[in-house]
Amino acid sequence: MLINKRLVLLHFWLAFASFAVALALGAWQMYVRSPLHPWIKDPEIYYRSVSAHGSTMAYVFPTLVAMALGYAVIELSLKRAIVGVKLAWVGFGAVALGFMLAVIAIGRGTASVLYTFYPPMIGSSIYYIGVVLIVVGSWIWVALMGVNLAIWKRDNPGVPVPLPMFACVASAYLWGWTAVGAAIEITFQIIPVALGWKHNIDAGLARVFYSWTLHAIVYFWLMPAYIAYYTIVPRAIGGRLYSDLMARVSFVMFLVVSMPIGIHHLFADPQVGSGFKFMHSVFTALVAIPTLLTVFTICASVEIAGRLRGGKGVMGWLKALPWGNPMMLAITFSFVMLGFGGAGGLINMSYQLDSTIHNTQWVTGHFHLIFAGAVVIMYFVIAYDLWPQITGRAIADMRLIRVQLWLWFIGIMVLTIPWHLVGIMGMPRRMAYFDYTNGEISSQALPVIVSVIGGVICLFAGLLFIFILVRAHRSTVDLVEDYTFSLPIHRTESVPSALNGFRLWLALMIGLTLFNYGYPIASLIARPDTSVPGIPIGQGH
Amino acid sequence: MSDNIRESPSVSIVHKIERRWAIMMSAIMLILMLTVVFTGLHWAMMPPSRVETIRIASLETNSEFSESNLGSAASKDGSVIVRVLAQQYSFTPQCILLPANTPITFRATSADAIHGMLVTGTNINSMIEPGYISTFKTVFPQPAEHLMPCHEYCGTGHQAMWARVKVIERATFFEMLKRKGANGRLNCVN
Repeated sequence: MLINKRLVLLHFWLAFASFAVALALGAWQMYVRSPLHPWIKDPEIYYRSVSAHGSTMAYVFPTLVAMALGYAVIELSLKRAIVGVKLAWVGFGAVALGFMLAVIAIGRGTASVLYTFYPPMIGSSIYYIGVVLIVVGSWIWVALMGVNLAIWKRDNPGVPVPLPMFACVASAYLWGWTAVGAAIEITFQIIPVALGWKHNIDAGLARVFYSWTLHAIVYFWLMPAYIAYYTIVPRAIGGRLYSDLMARVSFVMFLVVSMPIGIHHLFADPQVGSGFKFMHSVFTALVAIPTLLTVFTICASVEIAGRLRGGKGVMGWLKALPWGNPMMLAITFSFVMLGFGGAGGLINMSYQLDSTIHNTQWVTGHFHLIFAGAVVIMYFVIAYDLWPQITGRAIADMRLIRVQLWLWFIGIMVLTIPWHLVGIMGMPRRMAYFDYTNGEISSQALPVIVSVIGGVICLFAGLLFIFILVRAHRSTVDLVEDYTFSLPIHRTESVPSALNGFRLWLALMIGLTLFNYGYPIASLIARPDTSVPGIPIGQGH
Repeated sequence: MSDNIRESPSVSIVHKIERRWAIMMSAIMLILMLTVVFTGLHWAMMPPSRVETIRIASLETNSEFSESNLGSAASKDGSVIVRVLAQQYSFTPQCILLPANTPITFRATSADAIHGMLVTGTNINSMIEPGYISTFKTVFPQPAEHLMPCHEYCGTGHQAMWARVKVIERATFFEMLKRKGANGRLNCVN
């Protein structure tokens, strides 16, 4: 049973409200840079919008969803109240305040630097302080997840940590360490310049710090979806989890290998030597393994559901699956999008192929397919699944939920496939308008228009999601069953102690990051003359 | 029902199937990695570059990237070296002139923010960062015209930052260069 319902609810609502606004901005951006709209008169407005969309979708929305899920999982899987509720509220307050500051700075046009910062462009210090506050608030959550796990383990010696809790703590530690790269960049490089204490900044070094955050942050966004795959989906569709142990292996693998690979974002950069680029490219291949393990375990778990429902033969179990169940639809859509997106990801990670698509619209298409597609669709069903626990009322209308999931899936596919295509055609990303009358660009007009249609469908599906949640608060169906997570086919009697805690994995995570980043960072710091003057952005407005 | 499940597929079978999958997947990833390593080492398809820095203060007055030195020049070994300076919101030269079927070395840096460049229809793609020099090599197989947009957000005029690359016949190019004299630099305009 959920005890601190308001805590979880407010995290979710701030997440989804910010999502809805940022989604509308995203759809507007798609439209305004398409051939359907004349060139925008003041391009700064476009970049202001991109900064707000990116900062919200990257730092606020997924972080709050992960926090809400983490707090819910403490109470639902450990079956006890959160220790440190007051601190949890402080964390929430910090995120909300930071978000407000960042939005104010962006809204006034003083921080149109996009969510990736990229100094020497320097926006208002208010923006960066806002981002730092968001991170600090989320770090309180990281600490609380660790503390709650430790207290439970002390009270239950030798008992396996429930898988949902194990996975949520892995996600928390992943974020805790991931955020350090950007935190160093903002605190020691950007803010001193933004406040006028320093004049110069090393732009190349800043990109190296940011790359430490930039890749693993994506896995942090992914984590709630993976947690749902393993611990919610099999239960919701009437199956069993194929293997509890493999789930733990996947989560600790993400923890260890998603950080020391970030330099694959810098393949085309001049400030990192080819040796470390090469090494990070090779390490990046490792991160595909936990995803491939997950695909197997979840497909096997779904097959169990099909067979328990009477499905027979090699393919017969597919027909027997509960296709009317929102969770069944969501996992299917999510896997289809993960499949396409993962294939695209293999192209990005190989530096020979990366040079054809680096910083083109392909990249934006790619991460929208994975994050907005495969991941956010799981956020939706996590909310649908937990909402009755929070509100005490069951959601009555499953049909509307199915429509919403279908619309989101179609919207994302129509949005992202042409987006990939124009990327291969050489369309650069992050531009307020394009000259579609140019002979070399005119062939991109049609796919861009199709993309806009996808964006509009997504906007509609996102608003429908909000509508369903609001309406669920006023549902008249009171009956609520006790919440359960998936059960494995074989009861988890014991797990190896290494997979019941994080000591070894945290040591590996930190060690490997320092090994793969230590030299590039140290050698850049040691180089003289690489710092350049900061360039104020939008300060005159 | 639940008791049934607990007994029927025995733990060892579950683990065996799972282990096979894990080994197969690891093998596939290993092959992919080896492909990257092989093409990297054997075909020298390595990413740029050795790290080279440049003082931004003396960039335009007294360096390789001072204005008179920008554009395409001949190297002693018969290849062509082209120096490009990116700044908010244009490239210099704004139209790069290059010969077909000739080894080309690009050298680029920025005078202010982070920029990037790609040449449409080719694999040329690089970041351009202030304080650092990006170096990369290529060959254009035939005469053609390409667009060369800045591909990294560099400020609110970013969308207007497009240059062009004009590839012409090798003989014509070197003839034009000869007329410019020993330290001649070419772009589309002259």
